[in-house]
Amino acid sequence: MSTSHVVSVKLYGAVFGILLLLTLSTTGIAFVDLGGDLNAVVAVAIAIVKGLFVILFFMHVRYSSRLTWLFVGAGFFWLMILFSLSMPDPLARGWLSPTGQ
Amino acid sequence: MSEPEAIHLHQFDDPVQQHEASWLGMWVFLGTEVMFFGGMFLGYTFYRTAYPQGFASASNHLDIWLGTINTAVLICSSFTMALAVRAGQIGQNRLVKIFLCLTIVLGIVFLGIKFTEYYQKFEEHLVPGSDFRFEGAFVSSAEIFFSFYFAMTGIHALHMIIGIGLLATLIVKTARGRFSATYNTPIELVGLYWHFVDIVWIFLFPLLYLVGRHLE
Amino acid sequence: MNDSVPERRLHYLNASYGLKSWLLTTDHKRIAWLYLVSVTVFFFLGGFFATLLRLELLTPQGDLVQAETYNKLFTMHGVTMIFFFLIPSIPAVLGNFLIPLMIGARDLAFPRINLASWYLYIIGGLFTLTAAAAGGVDTGWTFYTPYSSIYSNSNVALTVIGIFVTGFSSILTGLNFIVTIHTMRAPGMTWFRLPLFVWSHYATSIIFILGTPVIAISLTLVALERLFGLGIFNPELGGDPLLFQHLFWFYSHPAVYIMILPGMGVISELIPCFSRKRIFGYNFVAFSSLAIAVLGFLVWGHHMFVSGQSIYAGMIFSFLSMLVAIPSAIKVFNWTATLYKGSVSLDAPMLYALGFIGLFTMGGLTGLFVAALGIDVHVHDTYFIIAHFHYIMVGSAVMAYLGGIHFWWPKMTGRRYPEVLARLSALIIFLGFNLTFFPQFILGYLGMPRRYHVYPPEFQALNVLSSAGASILAVGYVLPLIYLIWSLRYSPVAGINPWKARGLEWQTPSPPPTDNFEVTPIVVQPAYAYDEPDEPEVIYAPEKAAHV
Repeated sequence: MSTSHVVSVKLYGAVFGILLLLTLSTTGIAFVDLGGDLNAVVAVAIAIVKGLFVILFFMHVRYSSRLTWLFVGAGFFWLMILFSLSMPDPLARGWLSPTGQ
Repeated sequence: MSEPEAIHLHQFDDPVQQHEASWLGMWVFLGTEVMFFGGMFLGYTFYRTAYPQGFASASNHLDIWLGTINTAVLICSSFTMALAVRAGQIGQNRLVKIFLCLTIVLGIVFLGIKFTEYYQKFEEHLVPGSDFRFEGAFVSSAEIFFSFYFAMTGIHALHMIIGIGLLATLIVKTARGRFSATYNTPIELVGLYWHFVDIVWIFLFPLLYLVGRHLE
Repeated sequence: MNDSVPERRLHYLNASYGLKSWLLTTDHKRIAWLYLVSVTVFFFLGGFFATLLRLELLTPQGDLVQAETYNKLFTMHGVTMIFFFLIPSIPAVLGNFLIPLMIGARDLAFPRINLASWYLYIIGGLFTLTAAAAGGVDTGWTFYTPYSSIYSNSNVALTVIGIFVTGFSSILTGLNFIVTIHTMRAPGMTWFRLPLFVWSHYATSIIFILGTPVIAISLTLVALERLFGLGIFNPELGGDPLLFQHLFWFYSHPAVYIMILPGMGVISELIPCFSRKRIFGYNFVAFSSLAIAVLGFLVWGHHMFVSGQSIYAGMIFSFLSMLVAIPSAIKVFNWTATLYKGSVSLDAPMLYALGFIGLFTMGGLTGLFVAALGIDVHVHDTYFIIAHFHYIMVGSAVMAYLGGIHFWWPKMTGRRYPEVLARLSALIIFLGFNLTFFPQFILGYLGMPRRYHVYPPEFQALNVLSSAGASILAVGYVLPLIYLIWSLRYSPVAGINPWKARGLEWQTPSPPPTDNFEVTPIVVQPAYAYDEPDEPEVIYAPEKAAHV
């Protein structure tokens, strides 16, 4: 249940500023070789932070009921199920053949 | 001051119950959208893991500056959308219309840039199909990359178009005096949808545009 | 329909007349009827395809149809039965009708979305029927790539679009149920006083919401590949056929729990009523529904044991598949314990319920057999698998559906049904079913592969038994169609509670008024209080009058 909590323009503005900053950073960092797969990890991490800002403040989840948090969490939890049980297949393919070699 | 039409529909006991149901209903719907887009993200992850170099090479053919600008445009539109919802909460219908209009304009700018990019890709023969051309060793995985590029941004753009339609409907309803400080749920719900579509792009941008920039 | 009562009471069936009042209704009870008629049509269509399959399989040679036609027949049989009958059946018919009544509400949270969901179902159905008329699809209901995305010459795109659209119907139904159950329960109707039918539909709705979108995107990608040449599953580009299978089965395994959980909910209502006893272990049954919904999402790779999937992934999925049997077993134990020392009466709904328990146990146990990696390597893609899932989908789910239709028929129509005929039909179905599908366990074990229109001659005897069983099963299904329609005019009028059952739906007239309750009830008893038949289940506070 969303509260009728009215967020101040200032707070919205601050979140907006942070989001723009993070956008510029993620583009900037993309040109720097961080070694190994770290570029991908950092890019996704920044995206997660941006997403959280949108969810918590623009979508009012910060001010919402626990039931809302449950629903929001469930969606992402299920996405994690899809990823965590699918990815072992391509990653571990060929490690063991059906005949045991 | 409450608006003349039914404050709550007959299946509900009171406006509070109606608002709670509507709010939860939209979040349930967004849950389905997470899984819908999530399936494409899984496919993307499968192939990026299998063909990292092909994906990096193909990604570098996208215009990083148009992509960055588009990301900023969408973030601006989320800002204006949030302000529109806020205006609705305090019954400032004039501001609601202004912010909704700005959101639509920004959405159209996004789509304009997107279609410009699509046209560029068409001219560069990077649209998957019989006319696909890509120099270098990674032609096959590049075609898979561009298949995901078009599928994911295309479906995202479709969601944006639907969102713009919803926003336009809201502007009409606001102009007709349907909303007030006591009843502005539709604005709130369209806001949730719009922010969600923004979040999808927040993830699409780095995964499509920023794969191999550090290798250039 | 109902005109043998002295004065004409207004209820949902006679509140308005005319086609428009039905096609534009937002009353959940009328929408349930729209679904009832539609799913029945699809059931018999799917049955027609099955009839042709079983006729072909009477002989080892391919003499009735060609191989390609046979492929189209089993594909259309699967698609029709799964997407257009089994998945909607209990939720969209009984769930739609009963959930608001069972929780004491006037309607679902979103009545217009409810109507939209029926229209989406019909539109999806029309797409698929068009594909069938245009020559069908031959990929199997599983649409494996790259055959479906590139090489098949059949109407794949039309069919997958139809399934996509109908999938939306499921999503909206699930959304409606979840929101309704959370926000619209009557005063005193706490979560743990809810009928287990409601719990099972809540669990089913979780799967609707979180699973269906994934098959939607998988089929969208197949359609995009076929129509626009996108290369996502193309092996010539390095596309991975297993990606499709992961996405497809991520939904389609939980889909089988969509098909069984509502049936389990029906059984949880029938067993206590016809044993005159509280259900044993209410909390366990409630939580086991949720457990099935969640665990059901963790096991899909057991459909891919021999597909080339990583063996380690296979082992993980095999282990998890064993786990999901536990909550199902808990339910069977609880139903059985409810029967123990109960006062059992063998009315038709109870015959279906008892048949369910036995056949579900067999289907579930054989599910455990095939969850074991080592066994599945041998029986995958044989008739053993076909027998296993038909024991669940036909022997259990369809019987639960019929049991529920019979049980709530008086409430829905205000009429009873012919009890002797109904019991006879239940027995015919039970016998016909076992004769059809038990031989298939043996056939599969002996090595007969599925999806083949020819087979080695030594398998003929068992195939003939199976086809004979199918003809008996068909009779069993046609009988209720006839006598239930007959009952609408000729059966005695039912009272408000002909079964003396507990539950809010039995506290309102048969058929119910459009707004379900004249006055909103306040619940003061736990569910299934059969041991206190004289205690009132609800009280009414005059100031809580229902809104008009």
